[in-house]
Amino acid sequence: MANLIIPTPLRKFTGGAATFNADTPTVAGLLQALAEAHPGLQPHLYDADGALRHFIRVYVGDEDIEALDGVATALAPNTEVSIIPAIAGGTSDPS
Amino acid sequence: MTPFSKAELERYSRHLILPEFNIEGQRKLKQGSVLVIGSGGLGSPLLLYLAAAGVGRIGVVDFDRVDDSNLQRQVLFTVGDVGTPKAEAAAARLRALNPHIEIEVHDVQFTRENARALVRQYDVVADGTDNFPTRYLVNDACVLEDKVNVYASIYRFEGQCSVFNAPLEGGERGPNYRDLFPSPPPPGLVPSCAEGGVLGVLPGILGSLQALEVIKVLSGVGEPLVGRLFLFDATTFTTRTLKIRKQPGNPLTGEHPTQTDLIHYEEFCGVGAPVAEAVVSREVTAKDLAQWQTEGKAHVVIDVREPYEYAIANLGGELVPLDTLSESLHRIPRDLPVVVHCRSGVRSARAIALLEAEHGYGNLHNLKGGILAWQASVDPELARY
Repeated sequence: MANLIIPTPLRKFTGGAATFNADTPTVAGLLQALAEAHPGLQPHLYDADGALRHFIRVYVGDEDIEALDGVATALAPNTEVSIIPAIAGGTSDPS
Repeated sequence: MTPFSKAELERYSRHLILPEFNIEGQRKLKQGSVLVIGSGGLGSPLLLYLAAAGVGRIGVVDFDRVDDSNLQRQVLFTVGDVGTPKAEAAAARLRALNPHIEIEVHDVQFTRENARALVRQYDVVADGTDNFPTRYLVNDACVLEDKVNVYASIYRFEGQCSVFNAPLEGGERGPNYRDLFPSPPPPGLVPSCAEGGVLGVLPGILGSLQALEVIKVLSGVGEPLVGRLFLFDATTFTTRTLKIRKQPGNPLTGEHPTQTDLIHYEEFCGVGAPVAEAVVSREVTAKDLAQWQTEGKAHVVIDVREPYEYAIANLGGELVPLDTLSESLHRIPRDLPVVVHCRSGVRSARAIALLEAEHGYGNLHNLKGGILAWQASVDPELARY
């Protein structure tokens, strides 16, 4: 089972959960299972055409999936998958 | 050869007796220059360590003034600096820390008009800014001027660090920020305004890592974080180091570059464009509301902020966080004037728009300027945040 690490900015859509596990053979399946389990995440992962957003990157181990097989990248058991979001700072004033 | 004075030799002796660093490393630091953009949470430890370590010339870019709420993390500043320009206060502190180096003050906003000229004057740039437009501006200016960009960024409990656009063997340069994130999140998907906090020590950790990487780049000692992204999650104390690869589609450094100069970064990031902010038809000022209370006029106050904001300061209103409005309609009367407020008036305008459009309310008034306006014009004893 692959272990997906949820970054801090997206944890509000997972009820605070920092990880997500699913038994699925590819990155696409894992992300799909994540988005189904936490529907609020959907617009933060995919654009209107269903492509992964440009301001997040997905890694399997220490490698960008773009350098592997993209979302078709196969997941070995116990693989660590990370979603890396663009973050800019975060100390600005609330509204 | 740059000679060192006796005072400098003694001051830097713990570098000089480090076999891998020694007087050669120190000499490179002294001959080196760094432009630090932002002297806030990241910039504070970064500047302190670079100055203490003896980097010969340090430029500080910041147009802001020191505020009380900065002191929780911006360790460059003291209570006595509140209200003074950050770049000036930073320079005074750094000159007191190390009189053997030059500190240059740039009390200006870093913009597309001055970015390239500022960057050009230094060997290395360290990005300690806090917003996407400036992140991309710093990146692009560094790429266009062939400068290394030592990057760190934080969000709440999480930090990132990398060294962008570093020269590689063979004359090429390493990946830059656009290889990692081709475009920023649109403003609507940026974490919401009620979540702007940060654990004060986190920028201290990431800013210190930035200082480490600047010192490695200048001295040539060690292997800088080139083509790699360091991640730190403070909540679980987890660290990861991932690979960053150059992307063929990078508009500056890809296979078919389309960008040869700086662009409009606010536009690129969708900031400053006319935001579809909610328009409210009924507004009350803080003074109006105070008068209603004095006159005993019947009304209800609804506070759409989060509980942790309510704990800092409140007007005694019903707490109904924006995200929970639709489930809490029974707490919002329809037969009395209702004043809705948040911190500054933006979220409450959104709340009113939602309640009017989807739930048919017609008795809602936005408190103009939110609790901040109330604090400023009615109750100065309330804490600002």
